[in-house]
Amino acid sequence: MNLHGWGRYPIIDAQVTHVQREASALQLLQDAQSKQQALTLRGLGRSYGDSSLGDHVIDFSLQNRFIGFNQEAGLLECEAGTSLRDILNTFIPKGWFLPVTPGTQFVTVGGAIASDVHGKNHHLDGSFSQYIESFRILTGANEILECSADQHPDLFRATCGGMGLTGLILTARLRLRPVKSSDILCRSIRAENLEQLIALFEEHVASPYSVAWIDCLKSGTQLGRSILMLGKHAEDGLLQVAGDAGLTIPKMFPGELLNNTAISAFNTLYYHRSPKTMAVQRISYRPYFYPLDSLNDWNRMYGRKGFVQYQFMIPKTSGANSMRKMIEAIAASGKGSFLAVLKTFGPGNNNDLSFPGEGWTLALDFRFDDGVLALLDRLDGMVLDVGGRVYLTKDARLKAQCFRRAYPNWEKFEATRARYGAHGRFASAQSLRLGLL
Amino acid sequence: MKRILIIGATSAIAEATARVFAARGDALVLAGRDTQQLSRIAADLKIRGAAQAHTLELDANDFGKHESAIQQATDHLGGLDIALIAQGTLGIQNDCEKDFSLAVKELNSNAISVMSLLTVLANRMQAQNSGQLAVIGSVAGDRGRPSNYVYGTAKAAVATFCEGLRARLYSHNVNVLLIKPGFVDTPMTAAFKKGPLWAKPDLIAKLIVRALDRRAAIIYTPSFWALIMLIIRSIPRPIFVRLKL
Repeated sequence: MNLHGWGRYPIIDAQVTHVQREASALQLLQDAQSKQQALTLRGLGRSYGDSSLGDHVIDFSLQNRFIGFNQEAGLLECEAGTSLRDILNTFIPKGWFLPVTPGTQFVTVGGAIASDVHGKNHHLDGSFSQYIESFRILTGANEILECSADQHPDLFRATCGGMGLTGLILTARLRLRPVKSSDILCRSIRAENLEQLIALFEEHVASPYSVAWIDCLKSGTQLGRSILMLGKHAEDGLLQVAGDAGLTIPKMFPGELLNNTAISAFNTLYYHRSPKTMAVQRISYRPYFYPLDSLNDWNRMYGRKGFVQYQFMIPKTSGANSMRKMIEAIAASGKGSFLAVLKTFGPGNNNDLSFPGEGWTLALDFRFDDGVLALLDRLDGMVLDVGGRVYLTKDARLKAQCFRRAYPNWEKFEATRARYGAHGRFASAQSLRLGLL
Repeated sequence: MKRILIIGATSAIAEATARVFAARGDALVLAGRDTQQLSRIAADLKIRGAAQAHTLELDANDFGKHESAIQQATDHLGGLDIALIAQGTLGIQNDCEKDFSLAVKELNSNAISVMSLLTVLANRMQAQNSGQLAVIGSVAGDRGRPSNYVYGTAKAAVATFCEGLRARLYSHNVNVLLIKPGFVDTPMTAAFKKGPLWAKPDLIAKLIVRALDRRAAIIYTPSFWALIMLIIRSIPRPIFVRLKL
């Protein structure tokens, strides 16, 4: 069947097998071994590019049961296909929230570990894997190993952020965060340019959540015009699960509607709609963390050719000017999308391939067209020259030599994969493109 | 809080439905063959809020065990308000055509076992003058099609059985709900190419619970299947026999 990631580019023909039981996962792995087939692991398919694409895909999104919950410690054990939405829906009423959440609830715990996802609180709290007490993983050697920062630490560090290339995570133990309310107190602040924005990030470093929406079509003195959105959990009020999405983007949405004029008009409206004052608003967690989840299949907005999302990190040590140059290049290309998000990262962790590191990150969409790949190659060069990285979870086109420069621990990662029998057993269209065995 | 028995509880639709019940705080007994899987599901349902979640080993094709199993489930829950019968297999039509013993197996697990269970449950609910029986049928039972008429025959038999039973139990305040899902994306249909008509088990589950709440008699899930099947049933026979549906 035809399969694609969230960006709808690329699309490949894959054989997909659902796993509902651990025993069938073991069986599948053995069958694949006897046929010398490599398996590609997939949860809810929300990585943007080709990291969950391959000839033989194991879909573990039905492997989604809770196993145990310790109410005192907020420690949840669940199967790896459990979605973050399911966790929120079940545990918000009990007063617990995710310690780290990406911009959508529609990802699995296994996928969140494999991408070592980050959220709007990275500057204070780090990334998802730092709240994983342990997980059980089925390796290419047909062994099930209990894995944590202390047990098989090499496999733990390779698996967190390892894009599903080290083995099939079966279950995980995740520490949740206690909350008193399902509401977020949020506050929007306008920044006229990038310098102002970075100063504001620093001023509000103590804010638990922070993210900026940035207009990538602006240049000159307005370069980096943005709205900083700060947030924290309310201390009182209800513990209430937010309702489900209302709108669905139709299948044949004409992507041409999202042209530069429309995006530019939208951006200007959006900027001026936000109040100049710093009034605190109280909103549900869902519009704050998952604004796009309320738009089903929003990835169809870019039309039939799909899109690529590009997210890169610029280390703080290279200076804000490096970020300015990136935005200049994007603005000059005239291809940037209306969804561009900038945030600051705190220090990275010691996983082999985790994306975050101290500095700034910018994420934006590019509707797929002929010029985009060349533009992104050029941007890769600029990012790598200042010691930055590109996020593999969003990636559909990074070149192998760029990957190696961006992730100097790749050799360590490969060595660990070799030790646990992953080579030739777990692969994806992405891993093959990146030159991994 | 409702006391609910689910038979064939490891099926994807049954499990999704059990989660909706659990979130409402209902008490559940899960019956099926794979006790290990049932235990995992039971643990999950308790965390989701089920007042109780018991497991019960039962092979639906072992008709002799039906009476005792249902007694056991009733004992666990201290009564029974709803029973959902969800076991089923989707055999390969081609194989059934070549080997009738396979067709018999299909008919047993999809029809005869269901009728046997319904009989035991109906007698109990008739006696207590309350309750609801819910059965997963299929749109495949609406018209015999060359691609799956053995499966369709079983589902048609269940539909007719339910219709009679519903009328029999009407004056006893017992409802019989027949659920007719269309294409559902489950492990049972893993081999099929999916398209826009396919629904997720979660959606089917919500529709089942809603239908139970309003004591509906027959539902198509999702409801657009009612229209599709109306059209399919209306195709004149001379044309229908030429279609390779």
